[in-house]
Amino acid sequence: MRHILSLLMENESGALSRVSGLFSARGYNIESLTVAPTEDPTLSRMTIVTSGSDDVIEQITKQLNKLIEIVKVVDLNDGEYIERELMLVKVRASGKEREEMKRMADIFRGRVIDVTDKAYTIELTGTGTKLNAFLEAIESDAILETVRTGASGIGRGERILKV
Amino acid sequence: MQISGAEIVIRCLQEEGVEYIFGYPGGAVLFIYDELFKQSKLKHVLVRHEQGAVHAADGYARACQKVGVALVTSGPGVTNAVTGIATAYMDSIPVVIISGQVPTPAIGLDAFQEVDTVGITRPCVKHNFLVKDVKDIATTIKKAFYLAATGRPGPVLVDIPKDITQHLAEFSYPQEVSMRSYTPVTRGHSGQIKKAIQLIMDAKRPMIYSGGGVILGEAAGELTELVRNLGFPCTNTLMGLGGYPATDPQFVGMLGMHGTYEANMAMQNCDVLLAIGARFDDRVIGNPKHFYSEDRRIVHIDIDPSSISKRVKVDVPIVGNVREVLQELIKQLAATREKPEEAALAAWWSQIEEWRSRDCLKYDRASAIIKPQFVVEKLYEVTNGDAFVTSDVGQHQMWAAQFYKFDLPRRWINSGGLGTMGFGLPAAMGVQLAHPGADVVCITGEASIQMCIQELSTCKQYHLPVKIVNLNNRYMGMVRQWQEFFHGNRYAESYMDALPDFVKLAEAYGHVGMKIEQPSDVEGALREAFSRKDDLVFLDFITDQSENVFPMVPGGKGLSEMILV
Repeated sequence: MRHILSLLMENESGALSRVSGLFSARGYNIESLTVAPTEDPTLSRMTIVTSGSDDVIEQITKQLNKLIEIVKVVDLNDGEYIERELMLVKVRASGKEREEMKRMADIFRGRVIDVTDKAYTIELTGTGTKLNAFLEAIESDAILETVRTGASGIGRGERILKV
Repeated sequence: MQISGAEIVIRCLQEEGVEYIFGYPGGAVLFIYDELFKQSKLKHVLVRHEQGAVHAADGYARACQKVGVALVTSGPGVTNAVTGIATAYMDSIPVVIISGQVPTPAIGLDAFQEVDTVGITRPCVKHNFLVKDVKDIATTIKKAFYLAATGRPGPVLVDIPKDITQHLAEFSYPQEVSMRSYTPVTRGHSGQIKKAIQLIMDAKRPMIYSGGGVILGEAAGELTELVRNLGFPCTNTLMGLGGYPATDPQFVGMLGMHGTYEANMAMQNCDVLLAIGARFDDRVIGNPKHFYSEDRRIVHIDIDPSSISKRVKVDVPIVGNVREVLQELIKQLAATREKPEEAALAAWWSQIEEWRSRDCLKYDRASAIIKPQFVVEKLYEVTNGDAFVTSDVGQHQMWAAQFYKFDLPRRWINSGGLGTMGFGLPAAMGVQLAHPGADVVCITGEASIQMCIQELSTCKQYHLPVKIVNLNNRYMGMVRQWQEFFHGNRYAESYMDALPDFVKLAEAYGHVGMKIEQPSDVEGALREAFSRKDDLVFLDFITDQSENVFPMVPGGKGLSEMILV
């Protein structure tokens, strides 16, 4: 099953490679991994999307907690959560399809953020499934390039992850 | 007053009460060695290969419960040390390794003797650091010792670039260290302990299985008290030997791949299992599916939450310091009025005695060729069971574990997790330095001993009178055994051809060498060796080439599927 793990870790060089090294050394899956500093500059927040049986997810959580630089780990799937991912997609947009592409971006609440005679660059935010749906909705040979950030997640309501 | 980074390193080690540093100099650590030279408080032991430095620091730590310290240079110094670091990591041994690094401006430029030390060692340390500012040296070393020794112990490496050891800073050693991201649990959850007591009370066929955690956690006394109070059978893992007295009737021997018949059968057939500081690894329980085929309740006490339910699901996990948890368990058990059902326990013991009567460790005592088991038994007699025994890896290691009865913790020192050939001799050096007057024996084989044979030179320099018991069967015995059992007797590259004359070799290093070829000479040779209190004696026992280690649980099989003699 797919799980989103949220981590607070010391903002130190090498911390990221400890996490990624752990996943490769123990053969755990990583679907996506994002990391950036938080409002507290000594801490980074990492979101890992992984998959595995309950036993595997339990081991992943324990092993992450064991890393010295990891301050806290939560499995967002333990409660309600919100998940967002940002995608930048460059699409062919010339002639008749130019208008069609704009309309499609609007339907998915995307924004065109760069324009040339032949192409649009569209910014789109949402769950991974929504981004996939957009890519499927447009013609596949119209897609010139896609860049995705991987998921970020946060607990719903009052639930917070803080030191 | 400002002092150099190198001097800070030395002052930190002094503050930590370090007695010995095992090391090897080189370009990147020259300033540190210069400061070592200027003082006399810390004693440096010059090994002949960096692998030996870390094994010696590791052996020292295992024997005396203090943190071992190794000092190596950058590049090949570190890569040579990696086997030692991984060995300590797999057995959770507290060691601090200080490594030199190329100067900060040269990092990343493929400088002479540069490697990414932090990257190379990351998967085999508890934690590691690269010090980028002289002002950080003291706190980093403080953290390193704290991390190495607390929680589940392990090796911690501190990589220090050469220029940082030259820079100047004020020195003050922090008295305490606290890390928000590292807060090991000590006390067990009282609700869980209550649940454990209920399971113990309901047990009809109980079993206590303990591992290296009992040794590392200084909990042998508590374990012994618990086992005796309950009257339950007890088995130890390879790493846990000495945690419970091996000569006690409640001890059923080591369990696992080469465990006793009675220990493995009791483990497989028990209805309540109390696992203490052990991790159900593949060499201990064999195939987990087969282990599950019998129904039992499991209580698991361990300081590392990730050891719990890793290979085997347990019913009552108790995370905490083994010693504190056992103390609490003993206290609460004493307070309960209940007792486990005596008739059931008596029936269980008579079943175990029946298994025990199978005499699974029997061998031909009348053999005209020296049997390796016979040598270990004689060694046990000659040393009154009171020696510190290190070993290398292979058949000799298993015979040592089976036939030398360890009644005390920290007497049996071997590479259980990583299985490092070459560990025994350098580890014995560390043990001998930790216990200068004690009998220290390295039980080894002619293949393993050659992996760190150069340390005979270190033993000479520091007058370390280790006794080397070489069970020489002219084979990599364990490899040969597997080839015999599972590879149709095709002994691919497992014959040790062109062996040196070990007597001459020992003599060349300035030691005493003895070659023993007759069973009748075994005891006399051992007695003579141990009477030479000041000499390292290399005893080369020419043993039976075809002897195998029994019982054996073949890979992928279950505990009750042993091959017996």
